[in-house]
Amino acid sequence: MRTLKPKHQRLVLVVVALIALLAAGLLAAYALRSQASYFYLPEQLLADPPEIGQPVRLGGMVEEGSLATDSDGVTMRFMVTGRENSRIPVRFSGIAPDLFVEGSGVVAEGRLASNGVFVADNLLAKHDENYVPRELQDMEQHQAAEMAEETTVGLE
Amino acid sequence: MSWRLWIPLMVFAGFIGLAAYQLTQPKDDIVESRMVGQELPYFELPPAVERGESISSADFADGTPRLLNIWASWCLPCIAEAPHLERLQREGAEIVGIAIRDRPEDVAQFLAQHGNPYTAIGRDDLSQVQLEIGSSGVPETFVIDGEGMIRYQHIGDIRPEDVPILLEELRKAGA
Amino acid sequence: MIAELGLAALWLAAALAALQTVAGFLSVRAGQGAEIAALIRPASMMQGLLVAFSFAMLLWLFAITDLSVKLVAANSHVDKPLIYKLSGTWGNHEGSMLLWVTVMAAAGALIAAVEHRLPERTMYATLGAQGLVALGFYGFLLLSSNPFERLPVPALQGMGLNPLLQDIGLALHPPTLYFGYVGLSVAFSFAVGALLTRSVTPDFARAMRPWVLGAWVFLTLGITAGSYWAYYELGWGGWWFWDPVENASLMPWLAATALLHSASVLASRDALRTWTIMLGVVAFSMSMIGTFLVRSGILTSVHAFAVDPERGTFILVLLTLYIGGALLLFALRANTISEGKRFSVTSREGALVFNNVMLSAILAIVLLGTLYPLLTEAFNVRVSVGPPYFNPVGAIFFMPMLLVMGVGPLLRWREDRPDRIRSELALFAALIIAAIVLLSLLVEIALLPLLGLAMGLGLAVASFMPLRSRQLGRIPAATWGMVLAHFGITVALIGMASESAFSEEELVALSAGESATVGPWTVTLEAVEPVAGPNWTAIQGRLSARYGDSEPVVLAPQARSFWAPPQQTTESALSTRWNGQLYAVIGDPAGEGRFQLRLWWKPFVTLIWYGGVVIALGGVLALIGHVLNDLRRRHRERRLDEQRSEEEALGILSGEERL
Repeated sequence: MRTLKPKHQRLVLVVVALIALLAAGLLAAYALRSQASYFYLPEQLLADPPEIGQPVRLGGMVEEGSLATDSDGVTMRFMVTGRENSRIPVRFSGIAPDLFVEGSGVVAEGRLASNGVFVADNLLAKHDENYVPRELQDMEQHQAAEMAEETTVGLE
Repeated sequence: MSWRLWIPLMVFAGFIGLAAYQLTQPKDDIVESRMVGQELPYFELPPAVERGESISSADFADGTPRLLNIWASWCLPCIAEAPHLERLQREGAEIVGIAIRDRPEDVAQFLAQHGNPYTAIGRDDLSQVQLEIGSSGVPETFVIDGEGMIRYQHIGDIRPEDVPILLEELRKAGA
Repeated sequence: MIAELGLAALWLAAALAALQTVAGFLSVRAGQGAEIAALIRPASMMQGLLVAFSFAMLLWLFAITDLSVKLVAANSHVDKPLIYKLSGTWGNHEGSMLLWVTVMAAAGALIAAVEHRLPERTMYATLGAQGLVALGFYGFLLLSSNPFERLPVPALQGMGLNPLLQDIGLALHPPTLYFGYVGLSVAFSFAVGALLTRSVTPDFARAMRPWVLGAWVFLTLGITAGSYWAYYELGWGGWWFWDPVENASLMPWLAATALLHSASVLASRDALRTWTIMLGVVAFSMSMIGTFLVRSGILTSVHAFAVDPERGTFILVLLTLYIGGALLLFALRANTISEGKRFSVTSREGALVFNNVMLSAILAIVLLGTLYPLLTEAFNVRVSVGPPYFNPVGAIFFMPMLLVMGVGPLLRWREDRPDRIRSELALFAALIIAAIVLLSLLVEIALLPLLGLAMGLGLAVASFMPLRSRQLGRIPAATWGMVLAHFGITVALIGMASESAFSEEELVALSAGESATVGPWTVTLEAVEPVAGPNWTAIQGRLSARYGDSEPVVLAPQARSFWAPPQQTTESALSTRWNGQLYAVIGDPAGEGRFQLRLWWKPFVTLIWYGGVVIALGGVLALIGHVLNDLRRRHRERRLDEQRSEEEALGILSGEERL
């Protein structure tokens, strides 16, 4: 049985490959359900909060006048607001992205802590200076430049 | 035996279907101003070009409906909309501009190159007015009626097909 | 005039591609001896010349900054340095598509000129397929993104003085990936040609192999460079973000790696016929899917790309035609390809099959993870998929593959007994187990980095085992290439594991004169000063960093603000030692005269990119080895032919004499 007949051998190969790929697919499907980080608006986060500690993303506007820096100089606290007067307190330690200011849009990657504060690991500022096709909204530093290069509809 | 050979094609067809569906979905992430229907917030801005006129929110409440165009000389889509703004002006629209984070010499060069449809241009170095009236990018165009109320917001550059819409909104604001 | 010449050449080339396609497929139907077949090779070569000419014209336009051409006006500027004017040629959508078809047509011309091993009919089908693929891209270029379009009124200066784009990495990175994608398109054409004419032979694999190897080398370099670029440019301290753009380059690489190995089984052992064909199709479809995902903008990414739904639609149509067509052909034809040679499970083929299956599984995982947000968005749920998914799930398949990678090259072809390589296996296992035990006793370390480091150390030795008890001078270049590439994988693996296990991070707010420590480094903020460039201003931190007790080095990270268009970038500052890198980023003022500083100490992080370079080097060696081998073989065959014909001539003569 060391060398199989070609026909059988091929069948074994195909079956093994299919099983492996199927396993990969199932594993992926399972892991994606548990590991993908969902996007929440502030009102959704209040209405139907994710589990404590589960990585999610929160998108909204930074409330005017809410931004404060702790005395350590690197921890920021601010409110992210959404519709229906929803407000979520956010804490972030790190260097804020360039276009992050009060009144601007922000996407915070992080998790909800048990005290109701959203602890962000990373902030993505909504690029808000250069408008272009609607598809290009959630953009960041480099994209703006490249995109500006290419959206030269106006040279007619 | 041969049914297995069709699996890749099936998987691929699934992908194409999904991608095609997503391509046809419009991505509507536009942030609309909550200021539409409200009064223009108070502002006074210095002129954006030397020897130009300054603008203030009070200027808008003189009975004439106007377009308020938020733009900048460094913004490419603004170049794209320049000819259409000129057409709006030819059709009788009065256009006031606010240049965002700009320099007088750049503004002057832009106007020399792409035409000047504006009656006056104010200069907003810190995007303050822009944020106050709820604009989140350039270019944007607002229709302001004769009492200084914001009636309509157009986001993004003005394309040829937008010109009649803006004229119609102006007419409605004037009536 | 120059622009019109370029455009005319492009149209002519497109016409020739159409001719090549029609002639190719007609000749396949007619079989041997069709008269039209004589057109195919010249058409292909001429097409290569014409497109090269067209691309040269565009380069010329950019060199002289002809501002009456829209593309030049939009992407260049009179004051740009020449090198960036030239790189501006392909730094935009239209130009990069022209570069794509140029490389593709040049590749087609090269096959047409030199490839004579395969049966002529297979070559007709291959060149026909190549012409058809090229035709789609010509259509794309000419109908929706003409690079030579004129402006009615010439621009004054040009718009493209964007400092962010004046970066040598950005100038070289996209073409590198393109070369890889195009190489895979050649492999695709070969696969279609072989499938159409039912001649899946070792010769087919040998003809395809250099193209796959070349593509693979370019992809490896492109991914390595892209990763380093993201590392120093984004200022986030990470080197791989599992971002759609990154995945778009990784997926073709995974498929090409699998194809490379299965093609070598087919070339040496005449096994895995259908599987190799399948991978040829999959590898190219991954390139196209990647391009589609990046260019159509249906996925958002942290990387820079302009998107346009119309172009996305065009690529999707091409994708449907080519890949759908090829898969349909596969479904109809693959039955009729006879089975290859048999082999046992414990053999080199067995190990390579295992590697192929694992690579395909990883490919499936990356593909599913990349597409998942697209799927959920159809149900109005927005998600993002990141490292928490990719890292562990990928590792489940990556680790066993690495183990087999250490052992596989030691096995013999066809059939082998594991006890023959008992001592090597024992050494390999001992190294790994010892490393696991030692590391988990000595340091606190997470499971994945621990396994990664242990495997890396074991494999670093195991990858050289195939050279044991052989005369080093006699080993063929291709074998050296394999050993080197496998060693490169372990080098990169050690870098990745070490970075994730031992990185230290410090986030502080310092005023001038204060210090912070990160790992073995003591970093003092000497001063923060404003600096200015041509069109930006920045705050620049002057840091003096001391490793242990050694002489301090000066680092100067910046936070830059640009004027036109206004935007800010973080310029990280790096200090590299043999055992790692210090990475510093400066942030906003933090009140009371303090500034935010983010510091990382990343032991052995540079091994990741050195590893990538070593892998590519291995690929180059293997490529050289195979090409030399092929040339030698061809030379020998020609000599044999000549001898034979001489003998025949003599035979005829002697026969006549006998009359």
